[in-house]
Amino acid sequence: MFDFSPFLNLPLLWGGIIALAVFLYVLLDGFDLGVGILFPFAPSEDCRHKMMNSVAPFWDGNETWLVLGGGGLFAAFPLAYSILFPALYIPLIIMLLGLIFRGVAFEFRFKASVETRKLWDYSFHFGSLIAAFFQGMILGSFVEGISVQGRGFSGGPFDWLSSFSLMTGLALVFGYALLGATWIVMKTEGISQEWARKVALYVLIYIAGFMGLVSLWVPFLNEEIFRRWFSLPNLAYLSPIPILTAGTFLALYWSLSKKRELLPFFLSLFLFTLGYMGLVISLWPWIVPYTIPLWKAAADTRSLSLMLVGVVLFLPFVLGYTFYSYYVFRGKATSQEWY
Amino acid sequence: MEFDPALLARIQFAFTISFHILFPSLTIGLASWLAFVEGLWLKTGNETYRDIYKLWVKIFAVTFGMGVVSGVVMSYQFGTNWSVFSDRTGSVLGPLLAFEVLTAFFLEASFLGVMIFGWDRVTPRMHFLSTVIVASGTVISAFWILSANSWMQTPTGYEIGADNLFLPLNWVDIIFNPSFLYRLFHMVTAAYLTTAFFVGGIGAWYFLKKRHLKQARIMVGMAMFMAVFVSPIQIFLGDLHGLNTFKYQPQKIAAIEAIWDTGKDVPFVLVGWPDERTETTQFAVTIPYLTSLLLTHEVGGECRGLKSWPKSERPPVLPVFWSFRIMVGIGLLMLLTGLMAIVLYFRNQLFTQTWFQYWCLFMTPSGFIAVLAGWFVTEIGRQPYIVYGLMRTLEARSPVIGQHVFLSLVAFIFVYTFVFGTGIYYIAKLIRKGPSSKEKKEDIYGSHGLKTPRL
Repeated sequence: MFDFSPFLNLPLLWGGIIALAVFLYVLLDGFDLGVGILFPFAPSEDCRHKMMNSVAPFWDGNETWLVLGGGGLFAAFPLAYSILFPALYIPLIIMLLGLIFRGVAFEFRFKASVETRKLWDYSFHFGSLIAAFFQGMILGSFVEGISVQGRGFSGGPFDWLSSFSLMTGLALVFGYALLGATWIVMKTEGISQEWARKVALYVLIYIAGFMGLVSLWVPFLNEEIFRRWFSLPNLAYLSPIPILTAGTFLALYWSLSKKRELLPFFLSLFLFTLGYMGLVISLWPWIVPYTIPLWKAAADTRSLSLMLVGVVLFLPFVLGYTFYSYYVFRGKATSQEWY
Repeated sequence: MEFDPALLARIQFAFTISFHILFPSLTIGLASWLAFVEGLWLKTGNETYRDIYKLWVKIFAVTFGMGVVSGVVMSYQFGTNWSVFSDRTGSVLGPLLAFEVLTAFFLEASFLGVMIFGWDRVTPRMHFLSTVIVASGTVISAFWILSANSWMQTPTGYEIGADNLFLPLNWVDIIFNPSFLYRLFHMVTAAYLTTAFFVGGIGAWYFLKKRHLKQARIMVGMAMFMAVFVSPIQIFLGDLHGLNTFKYQPQKIAAIEAIWDTGKDVPFVLVGWPDERTETTQFAVTIPYLTSLLLTHEVGGECRGLKSWPKSERPPVLPVFWSFRIMVGIGLLMLLTGLMAIVLYFRNQLFTQTWFQYWCLFMTPSGFIAVLAGWFVTEIGRQPYIVYGLMRTLEARSPVIGQHVFLSLVAFIFVYTFVFGTGIYYIAKLIRKGPSSKEKKEDIYGSHGLKTPRL
């Protein structure tokens, strides 16, 4: 059987692919979870219809990135999968239950009578809120580190619960709310758009706070992270990230107050990209922080080789028809050209 | 309170996967049928086909949505509840699941959006193509997941490396392991029959209610076509699958037929009560020689009995024995339905006999029950192993404490009952409303074709 390990650094490549899948999940499901988080605060029922419609054709595809992240972790880093998932048992199960409630709400809401529609409105909202919050907590406890002995998780069932993970849970809720709000700005007009713009500006303040908090907190969780960011010459090399982040905040504020329609959404995506890069830099090279690096958890090189062929053959198509489905359900841009 | 985490994890997996399999059983068949109906509409321009499509695509959407959310749970449950299994088999099974996501899930998810919401946004041809793509996606997905399941039943093409990990030697042997093609064809055909009897039952109900007669005629007619031609094929495929199991998993067959003693003239136990304590089958009604004949296809062929394995190597007999009889019984009823349909067709009474319509209505859920029973046979029948002959189910579980597995199990039971119960209620509501030829305003809202406000 073929094996690319003599020519390619397969664990590294696969670490990149999984990171990309999780990243695309966060961006894509991020905006539709964000729409769910903001749902009950919308100014009118008509606005809620539009919000729901704007994400309904996409949510399933967006959530598939989560399956690729989870399934890909199982396939490429089975050891990490079998340590992380028991460690994060409770938050993962709660997140999945949240996703069930919001996922079915899309279809059920359209079928429900006007009286019971409220039920699915709340199911959509709380499902999204819970999924987002627990994703944030999962991220937080991942960053804090996982106790490992041998090939298994050795910590307690509530290791994931800490002030840091509570904070990251809240941070992600606000982060998704920003993606959701700027998505609505892009996809609607009139009072819905006005409202979403106000929400985005409001949420932006919180996100600045949370990003500052995370940036200050994470380096003190682990000495190695501290050294990575604040030792010379790293400080100089890595300084573009915080500088760009600050610039993106200003640009977001400016584009929202100038009533731009598309730019805020793409700037929010960029803001997430920067935050994600910061995390990847902090956590490198751990797949189970801070005990198991990428190459120790990787599956057999023959498995990674076969899957790499699959990714090279199919991922371009996946991206292609994902783009196609966004194109089919594109909005009519008026003040700005769609690109 | 003491909880047995292994038992609870098994119940949880059995519960969540049993719920999950109901949805794909319908969506695999429904997607292909919808593609066929839409193709007919494009070809003939007959609006009855369009009305049928528009009704069933809504039912498809609800079912598919429930299949997605219950399926996401499955892909995470390997890790949360069966982490030792995941660690040891990841290099072999992981790629199969990754290929399922890459080649099927994304395809289905993206074109499902076009299929449900894209009616006014793409050309009819493109819409038809989307339906065909979604239908292909469901079958591709079945291909990979059944390959993974079959490898766990009849593992080949692997080696065992350091830390007892299963490592891949030959991908063709892994994917096309000995039981795979039998299981794939048996399951996909089962999904088609499940859909046929479901659709046929609803059609019969419209006949009984004297509503939507034009559409009902097509629904019942096509369903009966499947009952006539596909149920015999399914019985044939089932027989092949059984012979394959006899070769590779003889314990399972011994449990299915409640064979206790190895022998050459093994009788067929029609019904009975297998008792593992006494190692006998009580109240057995038997047909002499038949089991030997069925399994070896010759008179007096030798069949191995359960007693030839130590008790620790045997699957639970009673549930396997009875699940098998339920599955085969339903298969025979489907065949019988096909035979009745032939007779009625040649008497020109296929769409007019009230008793036959009641019969079809009665058969509406039959496919679902048979699918569940069949999976019970194959999954309980391969116990005590999770990877047949190599890794025991008890070794596979996560280091998670019993209370948490118990709590999550309770949560799953409540949520699934409520959420999927409601889903079934909405499907019933859609069916009660029936196909409508006029586009109402609410339909436009539900189909996401909001025209005035910008999307």
